[in-house]
Parts: sequence; C-alpha cells; structure tokens
Amino acid sequence: MAQAPTTPPAVVHQEEHEKTTTGLNHKKLLMWAFLASDCMFFGTLIATYLVYKGKSKVGALPEDVFSIPVTSVSTFVLLMSSMSMVLAYAALRRGSLKGFRIWLLSTILLGSTFLGFQVFEFYEFVNHEVTIDCHEFAANPDGFSPFEAGIAGDECTEGVDEYEGTHGLTPRTNLFGTTFFTLTGLHGTHVTIGVIWLLGLFFYSFKKGAVTPARHLDTDLAALYWHFVDVVWIIIFPVVYLFGVFEGFPT
Amino acid sequence: MTSLSVPMIKRPVHPVGAWGWITTIDHKKIGIMYGITAFINFLIGGIEAIIMRAQLSGSNADIVSPEVFNQLFTMHGTTMIFLAVMPLGAAFFNYLIPLQIGARDVAFPRLNAFSYWVFLAGTLMLHLSWFMGEAPNAGWFAYAPLTSTAFNPGHGVDFWIVSLQVLGIASLAAAFNFIVTIINMRAPGMHMMRLPLFTWMTLITAILLVLAFPVITVALLELLFDRNYGMNFFFTAAGGDPVLWQHLFWVFGHPEVYILILPAMGIVSEILPTFSKKPLFGYSTVILAGVIIAFMGWLVWSHHMFTVGLGPIPNTVFTITTIAIAVPTGIKIFNWIFTIWKGSVEFRTPMLFAVGFIVTFTIGGISGVMHAMSASDAQQQDTYFVVAHFHYVLFGGAIMGIFGALYYWFPKYSGKMYNEGQGKTHFWLMFIGQNLTFFPMHFLGMDGMPRRIYTYGADMGWTEVNALQTAGSIVIVLSVLVFMKNFIQSWRSGKQAPGDPWDARTLEWSISSPPPEYNFEEIPIVQDRDDWWARKRGLVPRIAPSGASGDGHGIHMPQPSFWPLVAAIGIFVGAWGVIYSVPVLIIGAGIMIFGVYAWSFEPVNDPESEASTASGDAN
Amino acid sequence: MALAAACSDPHPQSTFDTHGPVAASQANIFYIIMYAGLVVFIGVMALLIYTTIRYRRRYNDKDPEQIHGNNTLEIAWTVAPALLLVAVAVPTIQTLWNNSISPEPAAMTVHATGSQWWFEFEIEELGVVTANELHIPVGEVINFVLESTDVIHSFWVPKLAGKVDMVPNNTNTTWFKADEAGEFFGQCAEFCGESHANMRFKVVAESREDFDAWVAAQLADSVVPVDPLVQQGHDLFMSIEAGCWACHTIRGSANAFGQVGPDLTHFASRRHLASGIMENNHENLVRWLTDPNDVKPGNVMSRDAAVYNDPDQALSEPQVAALAAYLRSLE
Ligand code: HEA
Ligand code: HEA
Ligand code: HEC
Ligand code: CUA
Ligand SMILES: [Cu+2]
Repeated sequence: MAQAPTTPPAVVHQEEHEKTTTGLNHKKLLMWAFLASDCMFFGTLIATYLVYKGKSKVGALPEDVFSIPVTSVSTFVLLMSSMSMVLAYAALRRGSLKGFRIWLLSTILLGSTFLGFQVFEFYEFVNHEVTIDCHEFAANPDGFSPFEAGIAGDECTEGVDEYEGTHGLTPRTNLFGTTFFTLTGLHGTHVTIGVIWLLGLFFYSFKKGAVTPARHLDTDLAALYWHFVDVVWIIIFPVVYLFGVFEGFPT
Repeated sequence: MTSLSVPMIKRPVHPVGAWGWITTIDHKKIGIMYGITAFINFLIGGIEAIIMRAQLSGSNADIVSPEVFNQLFTMHGTTMIFLAVMPLGAAFFNYLIPLQIGARDVAFPRLNAFSYWVFLAGTLMLHLSWFMGEAPNAGWFAYAPLTSTAFNPGHGVDFWIVSLQVLGIASLAAAFNFIVTIINMRAPGMHMMRLPLFTWMTLITAILLVLAFPVITVALLELLFDRNYGMNFFFTAAGGDPVLWQHLFWVFGHPEVYILILPAMGIVSEILPTFSKKPLFGYSTVILAGVIIAFMGWLVWSHHMFTVGLGPIPNTVFTITTIAIAVPTGIKIFNWIFTIWKGSVEFRTPMLFAVGFIVTFTIGGISGVMHAMSASDAQQQDTYFVVAHFHYVLFGGAIMGIFGALYYWFPKYSGKMYNEGQGKTHFWLMFIGQNLTFFPMHFLGMDGMPRRIYTYGADMGWTEVNALQTAGSIVIVLSVLVFMKNFIQSWRSGKQAPGDPWDARTLEWSISSPPPEYNFEEIPIVQDRDDWWARKRGLVPRIAPSGASGDGHGIHMPQPSFWPLVAAIGIFVGAWGVIYSVPVLIIGAGIMIFGVYAWSFEPVNDPESEASTASGDAN
Repeated sequence: MALAAACSDPHPQSTFDTHGPVAASQANIFYIIMYAGLVVFIGVMALLIYTTIRYRRRYNDKDPEQIHGNNTLEIAWTVAPALLLVAVAVPTIQTLWNNSISPEPAAMTVHATGSQWWFEFEIEELGVVTANELHIPVGEVINFVLESTDVIHSFWVPKLAGKVDMVPNNTNTTWFKADEAGEFFGQCAEFCGESHANMRFKVVAESREDFDAWVAAQLADSVVPVDPLVQQGHDLFMSIEAGCWACHTIRGSANAFGQVGPDLTHFASRRHLASGIMENNHENLVRWLTDPNDVKPGNVMSRDAAVYNDPDQALSEPQVAALAAYLRSLE
C-alpha cells in the first residue's frame, strides 16, 4: 500500500494505445479472449470427430474419398496466405501502404483459393464416383476397401464386367460424413469471414488516414484472426486427413 | 468516418424517457434492465415450479397432463438457470464492476447494450414456445436420443436449442466485455490484488463463460443439424452415441454451475466484511480458492454420469476430482466465518442473507460430496436427492446471494433505503420456506422417488412428504411477495439514501446514490485494498486525484446508440427463422448484418463532440 | 390406480431397507459419508452460530481490529477436510470396485431391455422371455445385461441395487442378489419421455423350487382356449380386425409373434399390469384394453394400434370383455 504518487501518472496519449491498465488495447484483449473461446469451439468439434472416427456403419470412409495431394496443395496455399499476411503487416509497419495493399490482396486471393479447393473437394465427395473392375474384384477382393467391396458385392452380378456409379458422401451418409462436413464446413465459414474481413480492410485502407503505420490496430486484429484460422487448419489437416488415410497412424 | 456511417436515422443525443432506456449504453441502466428482466424470469420460473409442486402435492394428482409436466420442469430448469440466475449475476456485473474498479463505463459500452438486447431476444424466444404450444420437454440437459425427431417431433427442442444459442451470444458478449473491463480499465493503483472480491469472482466467472459456452454451442449445433438436416451425431441407428451428448453437455454443465455460484460467493465476500467492519479474512486465499474451484470445475463433469456405465476407472477418477473441490470451497466457508470472528456484526437484511447463504450452501455442498461417492450415488442419481442438492446450492446458494445483493446495493442503484423490517420478514420466510421445500427432498430421494415423474402411487409412501414440500413452496412465494412489495414501495417512496449507508469499504460507496452518469467525478487513485474505508478512516494519505475534476462537465461519456438493438432484433428474427422458415432466417440475418455494419462505422462519440477516445470506430 | 396393492410395506423403494449385498454396501457408504457430512455440518454451524452471537455489535462498539488473515488457521482448514475426504474416499472406491463384478459365479444372466415404457426380461440360457416381472432365486447372484431399443432408460431396484442406465448402442452390465424372498419394486430412473413415471417393474425373489416351477410354467406354450368367451377373445386377438398379434407374442398360438410389445404368453401369471403400474385384475385389464392412453399417457400401443388410434375401429365393450377373458386365461 506504499506507492502514493503525489501527481497523477502522465497521461500517455498514443494512437491505438489509449490509456489502459495493462497498456494493451481493449480490442486486442477482446480478440485474444475471443480466440481462446474459439479454441474451445474447434476443440469440441475435433473431439467429436475423433470420437466417431472409424465408427461409421455404411458409406464412404476417409480412405475412399480423400485425396491427400490435393488437400496438401490447399493446405500449402493457406499456409502461404499466413505468410502473405505477415508480409502485409510488415509492409504497413515499414510505412509502405502500397506494399500493404499488395500483400493484403495476395492474402485474400490465397484465402479464396483455399475456399475454392474446399468447395471443389466438397463437390467431389458429394458426387463421389465409384468404378469397380468386377474381374479384379473376383480375383482379389481384399484389395478393395470395405466400402467398395460392399458396392462390388451388390453390383458385380453375373455378366457385369465393370461397375460405375455415384456413391456420394454427404453429411447424412454416415458418421464420417456428418462429422467431417461439420468440422471442415465450420472452419471454412471462419475462413470466409476472414476473407470478407480482409476485403473490408483492403477497401478501408483507401480511406485517407484509416490505415497508417501508426494506425495499425485494425490490421493487427485481422491478422490475429487470420493466423488463428490457419493454425486450426494445421491441426485439422493431420488429424482428419493424414490420420484418416495412412495406415499406421494412430486411430 | 461519417461518410460510411448509416445516415438514415439520426443518432440519439440525450434521449429521455423510454427512448433513453432503449438506446442507453450506460452500464448502470443496462444493469437495471438486466436485473428487472431476469427477475421477471425468476417469477415465471417460480410459477412453473409452483404448478409442478401442486401436481406433486398428492399421489395420483391430475392437475396437469404428463406432457405439460415434462414441459414444466424443462422450462423451469432452463428458465431458472439461463434466464434468471445467470442474468441476475450479469445485472450486478454490469452495475457494479465499473463502480468497483473506479471506471466511468465498461470497455465496450455498445457491446454491453447488445448483450442485453440479445438476452431479451433469447428470453422471449424461450417463453414464446409456450404460446406456440411447443414448449421443450426433454429436461434441462436434454439427453439424446430423446431429443431426436423420432422421439420428439414438433419444435419444442428446436426452441430450446435456438434460445440457448441466442442466450449464449449474449453471455459471451458480456463475458468478453467484463474480462477486458476488469483487466484494462482499473483506476490507477487498483492492481489485481486490490480488486474487490466481487470483481474477482466476476472475472473468473467471465473466463469460465468464455471457455465453457463454445462447448455447449457445438453440442447444440450438432443437435440442430441432426434434427433439421438429418445428420447423424446422435442418431443411434447410424452408430451415433448418446453418451457423447452427455459428455459435451456436462463438460459445459459443470463449469456452468460454478458460473452460477461464483458471483454469489463474490457477493457474500462483500457483504460479510461490511457488516462485520472487518476486512475479508484471507483475501488472497479466498481468491486463490475461487481460481482453483474454477479450474477444477473442468475435471469433474462425469460425476453426472456415474450410472451411465463408464466403468469403475472413470468413476474412481471422477470421485476423487469431485470431492477435491470440497477443499477450496471449504476454505471459503471458513474464511467467511473468520471474517465475522472478532468483528462488530450488525444484522441488516443483506447480512442475514449472507449468513443464510453460508448455512444453506454448506448443506448443498455436503450433499454434493455425498453424490460424489460414486458407489452410493447409484442409489441417488436421478432421484429427489439430486433435486435437493441442486436446489440447496442454486436456491440456497445463488438465489440467496442474489437477494443479499439486491438489498445490499439497493441504496446504490435506487438511491433509496429499503424497509428493514420487511427485508427481515422476507429473509425469514424465505429461509424457512426453502428448507421446508427442499430439505425433505433428501428423504424422498433416499426413499426411492425418482425425479421428473408427474405422478406416483399412494402406496409409495411419498405423499405426506410431498405435501409438506408444497406447503414450503407457498412460504417461498409469500416471501417473494414481501420482497416485491418492499422493493417497489421503497424504490418509489423510500427514504433518500446517502452515498455510503453501510459504512462500507469499496469504491462504489465513495460516490453518491444513485451515482451520476459518469460515476466518478474524479477517477480515484487507489491506495488500499479497502480503499474507501482507508480513506474514511484516514489510513492513507490524501492525494490529488487524476483526470478531469469539477462538476462533471468536461467528462465525455460515450453516446447512446440504437444499432445494438437493431442487431439484436436481427438475431431474434433470424432465430425464429431457424425454427420456422429459411426466408425469415435470411431477413433476420440481413437485419443483423445491417445493424452490425452501421454500428461498426458509428464512432463511440460523434466526431464533433471531441475525439476523446483513441481508436474511435468499432466497438 | 390407487389400489394400495395389499402391500404392507410402507416404503417399497427405500434405499435404507436393503435386501441384498449390493444395496447394503451402497447404503453403508451412504451412512459413512452422511455421518462425515453431519460432523462437518455441525462443526461449521457451531462455529458460525458462536461467532455471530459472540460478536454482535454493541451500541458503542469501536472499529474492531482489522485482521487480514492467519496462515496457521488457513492451513488447518485446508488440511483437515482433505484428510476427512481421503478417509471417506477409501471405502467408497473399495465398494465401487467390489460391486463392479459379482463375487461369485452367477446363477443366470438376464438380458433386460428397456423400451418406451416397459421392460423385457430374457433369460437366454433357460429360454424364458417375459416382461415387467422378473422372478429370481433367493441367495443367488443374478447378472444383468442392459440394453435399450429407443431412448435411455435406467434399471433400478432400490432395495436390491443402485441404478444402471440402459443406453442405446451401449451395453451395460450389473448384478445383484436378493437375501430374502419378497416382491421388490423397480422403476425406470432416467427421464425417457411422456410416461417415464409409469415405467416400472417388479422383481420377485423366491426359493429355488418356486423359481424352477416358475421357469417351467413360463416355458410351456400358452393354454388352448376351452371357455367360449375365451375362445372368442382368442379369435379376436388373432384377427386382422384387432391386430393384437402384430405386436405381441403368444407362444403356441398360430400367428401371434409380434415383437413390438410385451410377450403375453403367460400374461395372467404376472401380478401387475402395464409395466408394474397396477394390479393385474379383471377391472384393470378392461380399463387398459378400453383406453390404454388413459392409463398410461402416450404409450406406444395406443399410439400405433389401429384399434386405439382410429375411432372407427375402436373395440366394443363385449370385444374388450372377450379379450380380457382370453388374456386372463393365459396362466
Ligand atoms: C450452483 C450450483 C452448484 C454447485 C455450487 C454445486 C456444487 C457441487 N456439486 Fe452439484 N449439481 C448442481 C449444481 C451445483 N453443484 C446441479 C444443478 C446438479 C444437477 C444437474 C441435474 O442432474 O439436473 C448437480 C449435480 C451434482 C452431482 C450429480 C448427482 C447425480 O446426478 O447423481 C454431483 C456428484 O458428484 C454433484 C457434486 C457437487 C459437489 C461435490 C459440489 C461441490 O462444489 C460442493 C463443495 C462445497 C462443500 C463441500 C461445502 C463447504 C465445504 C466445507 C464446509 C468444507 C468441509 C467439507 C467436507 C470435508 C465435506 N453435483
Ligand atoms: C436457480 C435455479 C432454480 C430455482 C431458483 C428453483 C426454484 C424452485 N424449484 Fe426448481 N429446478 C431447477 C432449478 C431451480 N429451481 C432445475 C435446474 C431443475 C431440474 C429441471 C429438470 O429436471 O430438467 C429443477 C427442478 C425442480 C423440481 C423437480 C421436478 C421433477 O424432477 O419432476 C421441483 C419439484 O418440486 C422444483 C421445485 C422448485 C421450487 C418449488 C422452487 C421455488 O424456489 C420457486 C419459488 C417461487 C417463486 C420464486 C415464485 C414467486 C411467484 C410469485 C411471487 C407470484 C407472483 C406472480 C406475479 C405477480 C405474476 N424444481
Ligand atoms: C402397435 C403395437 C401394438 C398393438 C397392435 C397392440 N399392442 Fe398391446 N402393447 C403394445 C406395447 C408397446 C405395450 C407396452 C405398453 C407399455 O407398457 O408402455 C403393450 C401392452 C399390452 C398389454 C400389457 C402387457 C403387460 O405386460 O402388462 C396388454 C395386455 C396388451 N398390450 C394387449 C393388447 C391387445 C389385447 C391388443 C389388441 C387389441 C394389443 N395389445 C395390440 C403394443 C401393441
Ligand atoms: Cu424409461 Cu424412464
Ligand atoms: Cu457437476
């Protein structure tokens, strides 16, 4: 109870550092609290996914629909968008508003590309084509996944050489579909919100004095969010995609 | 900035009357609105309880149908927990936190208004289910698969999901706000270990909320998807596991019960020192105990699932973690008692409630520990023993604390004094009534009466005890009526209250009753844990206060706004749409986006009125 | 409903009045923790009452000494409760593990299945299938396998053992033993919908001889009708018009193999009707068959059977009488 300042502490009035007890901006603190909350949100979704992993009774499973190369590319794209965001921020702090806009736009494009991949992937899964060589099936039934073997068992009747048909994976198909689309769909929603936010920031930056090296809070917040959404994907990718396909990964 | 703001409606400047309340972003007015709405919810939940008690007053009674009975306990539980106790806590967070930490407002005043309006939207949503003839009926924890469309067609469960989702938004918004406010807006010298206990408990509660609500959000989304889009989360034929719902619900649910009790513990920790004229005994220990309770609250959820068949290993583990919580809680109880010890105790009404809290909460806590014994809990799970336990902690704990607070801070928020005699009558009626109502439930539970049954036979031996309980619940009703009379009359025509009627210790008592809109004419410089007490007793040197001084003129308060209300209306409409029709959902989403957009481009203060706030756009 | 079932026991579901080792061990733990809790409560209250009375404000009180805390005391009231809790946790956990598997080999395994709002009991090794009333031999361990066909129910016979839930997609097990002969009340103890309150059952513990006789009786096919009214009821039961056979099994009959409702082969041997909610006598049966929804709101039979959900097909009074006569002949 000692310190008894006889004069009020100097009021440091700095842009974006309004006088707060901790020196941290209110909105920055709010953002951190929100991200903590969002961690629990995704944590719960991922937990649900893991609980139901391998519990589907019918329909396509991860190994039937996933294409690791494609998703690796989209993961890479999203990672690059994070880097691009870092560069945008660095450019702004350097004082290059132009560099900021370019890198921001690049982040937006990369983010949209990721979303494009996701839409493509969802479309592929919903319209998943199955092609079965019935002779091959007769010769080596063990070479087929349980899902394909099930279809082959039904469709490879007398005289059928090859079977082709659509056996899509939708959120209703099985537990895998339900949990997969919910988890990745809600992540995609987060990315979409991020893209819209960055777009807003991009246009806002054309307003004079709205975004400057000293007025970087809005960029700070958007960047924080964007990196968070990326990190979530960095967890989803191995947990859902890699562990889903490669044998020997823990289940 | 102005160019981007939505010009259609003129921003309210100093509105008066109803409009002043609707557009207010003053934390004190919002606190009062929160309190009144939540209290009405408490009455509604209480009336639901009384109807249940009537049905149960004798064997084979035929007052309501089983279907209605199921709706009654579901709505009663949901209303009391989410619409009454939580927002009554929020009412006090709103009113008191800035006052206790020496701030002029919360960090995000408009977010605060938004939180209230969204809470109101959720409230209306849930109650409207009665009028739509589709009140939820699956119990307040809505175990799957009873909530699936196969066993629960109609929209009852949808109403439940959507209202809780909406209320979750309100709670989260408030929680974010209070975390930032408490961490970031303390007056100079108010470091963390000088914060009043109520503020500390609010901080812990807000952190719990922020971490616990997403879990129930996800669970509710999953259930919503199952019901409305045919997904399989809890669809047993596709392999969905009902036990997953239980895990998700209780991972949220147990922290939730501490969200309900920690504010009450904070309240008691304010009242006892004031009326004993002694500082809280073991201030740091009490805070630490609160932190430990909050942390351990995450490790005990499966004590609600001892009979689900998890096996002896989980049951052992959760028995141990659960009983461990009795230790930090006990620390609090003993510290409270030793706050009174060697004090100069004055039994005003708030003090009665605080001491009553210690009695009834201890009973509830001990019956909780009895439940935690997983071996014997198999005989108590889902019996009236549980009902006894949680009413002792919820009514005897949370509600007693809240009534204590309603009296203790009555002079502050109303500017009037309440009637002491009536206050004491209220206390004794309520104390006796609740023990009459809830204590016999222990015996009923041990006598094998399951909860959630709408009827029982005369041969079961439960009739007399039930009749006694119903009588007890009438005594509670009387007590609430006494309270309402006292409350309304005193607020209308009570004696004018001084700023510090109790010779209290914390900052809110250093200003007038009710406080001016800007709270503190001069932001105080805090030098002691019980700063106001220390100042009054001359224990700390007088120092020049910081900030503007004078008659409140050069103080710039954030301006009123309607956008939070518009956004909340959007959420209400959208939520309705989730249940009944997609176009309505889209309209609602549109209104909400419009509201949020207009809000985010509206400066805290219009530029003309001085740019006192730094990054003055969105909050 | 209120026919106080000639039952003398004033507390048929008391968990204190135990009749088997599982319930007894649970009651024992309850007593331990209850006394421990009582000690704590009395201690806390004594302290509270003493301080509040002793330190009441006198009219000329000065400010009391501003005491901020006392480490020794605080450590004391951290350690003391912790020790007490360890002391009660040990027997609890011991009992938990003791009760998790039966100590002796079981006499039989009963598959108990909950459905909205009745219980089926199947003793596979004996070939017995019955509903809502289970007979067991006294003094022998009975294992249970618990399942559910729809929502979560719970299997609870307070005087014999604590509850264990019946969760769809999760098979649970439990066991108990009755120390004495008697009729024990059971009740569903997990909220399961509209008629959760009316989902009950009985466990009849009897001597080995009586039990064997019961099994033999249950194994027999249903009796062939002789009385004309019974014959009429039988014909109605098996008719397309009433359609009872679609949901109920009556072994030995021509076409009643339904699986939706309780097995009725030896319906008349049961002491109670409609999952233990009332005595199985003629009046009650007539009430049940006339308007099951009145007796048990929401039940699946009145919801799905054409004779009950379609007023045009409703049974006439004589038809109900005939059906009742037939069912009551199914000893
Ligand atoms: C405000 C809300 C609140 C609070 C604070 C608590 C506090 C506790 N609860 Fe409670 N609980 C509920 C609300 C709450 N509960 C609700 C709503 C349900 C039912 C949900 C439903 O099914 O609908 C429930 C159900 C519930 C169960 C499940 C019962 C069942 O379904 O079978 C259990 C089991 O362990 C339990 C335990 C505890 C324990 C150990 C505490 C502890 O925190 C209590 C600690 C306090 C003390 C012990 C008293 C003070 C301590 C001392 C004086 C020190 C010395 C004491 C000892 C050595 C014993 N609770
Ligand atoms: C904070 C929470 C809280 C509170 C305060 C209460 C308060 C009360 N509860 Fe509560 N109760 C729960 C939380 C709470 N309950 C929960 C979570 C459940 C479980 C639900 C479930 O199983 O899903 C439950 C279940 C429950 C049951 C078990 C139902 C069952 O399992 O079948 C019963 C039965 O008696 C009951 C009774 C009461 C009573 C009599 C009160 C009384 O204290 C109420 C006091 C009455 C009033 C406050 C009314 C005052 C009214 C007036 C003064 C009239 C004036 C009116 C006008 C002027 C308009 N409650
Ligand atoms: C849609 C299927 C269905 C049809 C058709 C049906 N029942 Fe039932 N019955 C049930 C179910 C389900 C129950 C269990 C109800 C409960 O206890 O909740 C039941 C219960 C009973 C019981 C009580 C059993 C006991 O153990 O106490 C009797 C007796 C009975 N039915 C007779 C009949 C007769 C007679 C008919 C024809 C008129 C009939 N049922 C037609 C489904 C059906
Ligand atoms: Cu079955 Cu309750
Ligand atoms: Cu709990």
